[in-house]
Amino acid sequence: MSKNKQDLQEVVEQAIAEQKVPHVKFKKTAPQNVDVAKLTKASKETRQERWGKGLTFLAIILIGILIIAIIGFVGMHGLATFTSDKVNIGHFLFSSEWNPSAGSSHVGAGAMIVTSFAVTLLAALIATPFAIAVALFMTEFELGKRSSLLQSVMELLVGIPSVVYGFLGLTVVVPAIRTIFGGTGFGILAATLILFVMVLPTITSLTVDAFKAVPKELRKSSAALGATRWQTIYHVVLRAARSRILTAIIFGMARAFGEALAVQMVIGNAVLMPANLVSPSATLTSQLTSQMGNTVMGTLPNNALWSLALLLLAMSLFFNFLVRLIGKRS
Amino acid sequence: MNSKRNDRIATGVIYFLVGLVILLLIGIIGNILLSGVPHLSWDFLTKASSSFEAGGGIRDQLFNSLYLLVLTLLISLPIALGAAIYLAEYAADTWLTRLIRTTIEILSSLPSIVVGLFGYLVFVVQFGLGFSIIAGALALTFFNLPILTSNIEQAINGVPQAQREAGWALGLSNWKTIRGIVLPAALPGIITGVILSAGRVFGEAAALIYTAGQSGSTIDYANWNIFSPTSFLNVMRPAETLAVHIWKVNTEGIVPDVNVVSAATSALLIIVVIIFNFGARALGNWLYKRLTAAKAK
Repeated sequence: MSKNKQDLQEVVEQAIAEQKVPHVKFKKTAPQNVDVAKLTKASKETRQERWGKGLTFLAIILIGILIIAIIGFVGMHGLATFTSDKVNIGHFLFSSEWNPSAGSSHVGAGAMIVTSFAVTLLAALIATPFAIAVALFMTEFELGKRSSLLQSVMELLVGIPSVVYGFLGLTVVVPAIRTIFGGTGFGILAATLILFVMVLPTITSLTVDAFKAVPKELRKSSAALGATRWQTIYHVVLRAARSRILTAIIFGMARAFGEALAVQMVIGNAVLMPANLVSPSATLTSQLTSQMGNTVMGTLPNNALWSLALLLLAMSLFFNFLVRLIGKRS
Repeated sequence: MNSKRNDRIATGVIYFLVGLVILLLIGIIGNILLSGVPHLSWDFLTKASSSFEAGGGIRDQLFNSLYLLVLTLLISLPIALGAAIYLAEYAADTWLTRLIRTTIEILSSLPSIVVGLFGYLVFVVQFGLGFSIIAGALALTFFNLPILTSNIEQAINGVPQAQREAGWALGLSNWKTIRGIVLPAALPGIITGVILSAGRVFGEAAALIYTAGQSGSTIDYANWNIFSPTSFLNVMRPAETLAVHIWKVNTEGIVPDVNVVSAATSALLIIVVIIFNFGARALGNWLYKRLTAAKAK
């Protein structure tokens, strides 16, 4: 900057020295009145530009701070169980004896981890064929009004609050299971059915995107070879979209794994290793939701709950990482 | 003719699965609306809820939900707008911006109960706000911010590059081009995004249970003093929203007409979500026509 300023100063001085006709009228623009400092100062626009850029960047930084804060705080409280309460990590992950108020040797999240994974995997397993069928229907079969109607109804399903699904499960699904299979009706099966409906639109819309990303030329060449529609779908479209479908399923699983209230309402909330699909159990999220208010901050039962939250956070990060990995590989 | 037969079987299977899904959708939405709408009365909407008797309404929960929504948008919209403008207009493709984009993606996929517990830890306990509307609004901001940011960024990216170039050709600075040309052109998209995210915030409960609280305080709708504990505008009072109300009466409540209250509240939530969903699109299209004198895409 200062170098520029010096250069400019020199130019102005030179102009004054070479001046032959004295300025009469334009006093302000006369060389001797030139204010170099003002000339080299940033213009109003430049300053606005800097302000705007800075201000918007500030917003970005804020979002960055938020995520660091979440990981930091949850991590700090979640690790306290292992650092200050001396709970064995292996014991925490694999034992299924959950009674933190009885002491540090009774903190085992095994049952909840198994249940969480069970409902997540089962829900994704059921939802995937339906999602693929609906996505094929919307991209390969019906391209007109019917498919866009189906799409807007699907979008509506995403918007339905999770407690409404929970209530539906409580009044429709649980009684139905009770009459068909006996028992209380609460358990993994009820949670799976609710989660299936909740992740269906997520997986479907991402699968639709996956099919739409398959180039039209591939389909046309396949048809030109005399392939039927199903042959084209099976050998070309599904294959080309494979990794993106996988990503869609993982997104759905991430949603199912983190869902709290709907699951909490139908799972039964007994921290037991699930004996079968209709025995009451508990997931990480359901235990967090129902018990966090009953513990005192800083005590072992509370820290143990924060460890569950940390596990949940870690799984969410892992799902993210998985999506990234698949995206990079394809 | 094996392939022909396979084709027909596959088509049949796909139509069957799609048919099942459609039946399911109709069943779910129909069930909620049919069991809830008959109980939706003016009386129900305008009466205070009762904690142990039948016949309570949802007046306070309805107001709390709306108030919380407005506060959340007031906090999150400026931040999301700034972040989206930076990402869409200024950010170069460097490791820093890639990191930021990853961060936003992670934030948007965090389980809402984790966000809620974080809000409890930081706002309710650490900052000493207690179970309060403002703590709830801050937690919802976390939940809302990434969705809102990516929605707005998409809207801004949708503005044709030629419009920016026209601005620069007129000698406008980048910032002025953004403010005067890009943002107005992106407005329909931005508003659609805001309303869609508002729909999600409106039905969110997990993030609110431990931040805004599960109990309502006595509210006086004639008290305009925002510092008074009974004022409806006081942001420091605990507030139960519609979604939290459904959860609470079903899991911990002792009201005898639990199913009536939850069915009616669920129906109300669904109706609001439907209005938000279709309203957003309609408003977006209408604004687009008004502002650009062109047909909506």
